Amino acid sequence: MLSKTVAELATALANKDVSSVELTQAYLDRIAQLNPALNAYVTITSELALAQAAAADTARAAGQATPLTGIPIAHKDIFCTRDVLTTCGSRMLANFTSPYDACVVERLQAAGAVMLGKTNMDEFAMGSSNETSHFGPVHNPWDQARVPGGSSGGSAAAVAADLCAMATGTDTGGSIRQPASFCGITGLKPTYGRVSRWGMIAFASSLDQAGPLTKSAEDAALMMNAIAGADARDSTCLDIPAEDFTAQLNQPLTGLRIGLPREHFSGGLSAQVQEILQLAISKLESLGATFRDIELPNNHLSVPAYYVIAPAEASANLSRFDGARFGYRCENPVNLEDMYKRSRGEGFGDEVKRRIMVGTYALSAGYYDAYYKKAQKIRRLIKEDFDTAFRDVDLILGPTSPHTAFKLGEKNSDPVTMYLEDIYTIAVNLAGLPGMSLPAGMLGGLPIGMQLVGPALSESRLLNVAHQFQLHTDWHTQRPEV
Amino acid sequence: MALDNTDVEKIAHLARLQISDSDTLEVAQRITNILEMIDQMQDVDTSNVAPMAHPFDASQRLRPDVVTETDQRDYYQKIAPATQDGLYLVPKVIE
Repeated sequence: MLSKTVAELATALANKDVSSVELTQAYLDRIAQLNPALNAYVTITSELALAQAAAADTARAAGQATPLTGIPIAHKDIFCTRDVLTTCGSRMLANFTSPYDACVVERLQAAGAVMLGKTNMDEFAMGSSNETSHFGPVHNPWDQARVPGGSSGGSAAAVAADLCAMATGTDTGGSIRQPASFCGITGLKPTYGRVSRWGMIAFASSLDQAGPLTKSAEDAALMMNAIAGADARDSTCLDIPAEDFTAQLNQPLTGLRIGLPREHFSGGLSAQVQEILQLAISKLESLGATFRDIELPNNHLSVPAYYVIAPAEASANLSRFDGARFGYRCENPVNLEDMYKRSRGEGFGDEVKRRIMVGTYALSAGYYDAYYKKAQKIRRLIKEDFDTAFRDVDLILGPTSPHTAFKLGEKNSDPVTMYLEDIYTIAVNLAGLPGMSLPAGMLGGLPIGMQLVGPALSESRLLNVAHQFQLHTDWHTQRPEV
Repeated sequence: MALDNTDVEKIAHLARLQISDSDTLEVAQRITNILEMIDQMQDVDTSNVAPMAHPFDASQRLRPDVVTETDQRDYYQKIAPATQDGLYLVPKVIE
C-alpha cells in the first residue's frame, strides 16, 4: 500500500479500501522504523498528522474530497509551517517555529493533504548532496553509503523509500531535479513565478521555485493543480488563470519535436548514461516523437554566472538573520556588532558563510560591474540560447546529472567540484523555464534520471511526455530495498 | 583574482560574519577557487547585451495602498530572543 502512487491511493481512499487515518499511521510506523538510518525527516509531526487524517476522513464522508484529500505528504524544511519547527537545515533556525504557513503548505492543506513532517535539506538549500545540513546528511535509500542529492535530498529520499506518498521541494539550481534523479523518482521545477514563494525561506529570489517530488508524472500533475496559481503575497508570482495539469496527460506524442543539446551529450557525460538516454530516446521515438540536435552554446557559462547571481541574492536575503528578532543569538554579546557577527558566524555553516561572502564581494563597491552586472548579461545570453532552440523544437531532452548518486564525502573537499554537479540543471533556473527529471534507467543498482525542459509555462506538455513515457516503461515503479 | 587574509576580513566585516583567525587562510583559498571558476565569464564579449534581472524581464506589481495586515505583534514576538514592551531587546547601542 505505501508504495502506491497518489493517484492509486486516491482511488483506494475513495473506494474505502483504507482510511486516511490508517494510511497515515502506516507511514508513521514506517518512518519510525527507517528514518533513524535514512535521516530523511528532521521533524515528524505524528499527532498533527493523525488529526489532519481524521479531518480528511470526515471531509470525505461529507462528500468534500479532492484528489489529495487524506494523502500523506512531507514538506521540505524550507517551507514555513505554523507552530511547527522550520529549520531550513541550519543551526540558525534550529529552534524557529514559524508564526504562519507558507502558501504551498496552506494550499496543500486546503486540498486535504496530511503533513507527516519536515524533511532534511542542505543548509538554506545550498548544496547538491544534502551534506551541508546542520542535522547530518540524508542517506540514499538505494545505497546508504551514497548521497540522495540536494538540496531537497530528504524529500527525495522520503518519496523513494515510501516514507510519504509525495513531497514538496524547491529548486534554485537543480535542487528538485538532481535528487529526483539520484533517488529514482519524478521531480518538477515549474516556470519561475508559477508557484508562490510566500513563506518559502528565500535563497536566491530570482531563481527559487517550489515544486513536487513524486512517484509518477501523474502525481506531479495532481500536486501542481493544488499549488500553482496567483498569490498576491508574492509579487513575482504570475497572475495567470489556473490550469488543470492533468488535462493533457493522455495526449499522443505524434509530431512532438524534441531537441538534444550537443553540449549535454559531450564532455563529462559517461558513456553508460549516454546509452541509457539513447534507449529513452528510442522509446519516445516509438511513441511518435522526432529528435534533432540543437545547440546551447553558452551552457558552459551557466555555472559561473549562477555562482555570482545566487550568492549575491543570498547575501542580501540572509542578512535578515541577525540574532535580533528570531533564530539563533550568540551567548553574552558585548555590543550590537558582536551580536551580529557571532550570531551569524556561529549560526551559519561553512558553505552558507562562503556563499554570503562570495555574494558580498560580488556586490561590493568596485566589483559590481565585473561580477554582478556581467553575470546578468551572461544570464540573458543563456536565456536567448533557449529562445532560439525553442523556435525549432517543442522540448529539450538530456541528462539531469552527469552520473548516478556519488558516495558521502566523495565530493565535499572542494566547493567548485560540487558546484559543477549542476552543469545540466542551472541554466534552466537562469532562464526561468520549467524542467523535470524522471527515471530513465538503472546503472549498477542505482537509478538515473533524464531531464526534460520546455518553454515558459509548458508544464502540461512536460507532464504529458513524462506520463506517456511512464505508461510504456517501468523505471519509475522500481523501489529500493531498505 | 586571489584573495588574501585582509580581503577576507574586509568581506567578513561587510557581511557581519565572524570568521576565526585560524579559518581565514582556508576561507581565502576556497573563495579564490570559486572566483577563478567565475572568471570564465570575463572571456565573453557582452558589451552589447542588456543585463537581465528577471527571467521574463517583468517589473514589480503594484497594489492599492490600503491596510491589509492585522496587528499580531505579540504573537510574532513570541519567537524573539528578547523583547520588552513590544520592542526587541539588543545589547546597548548608545553608552
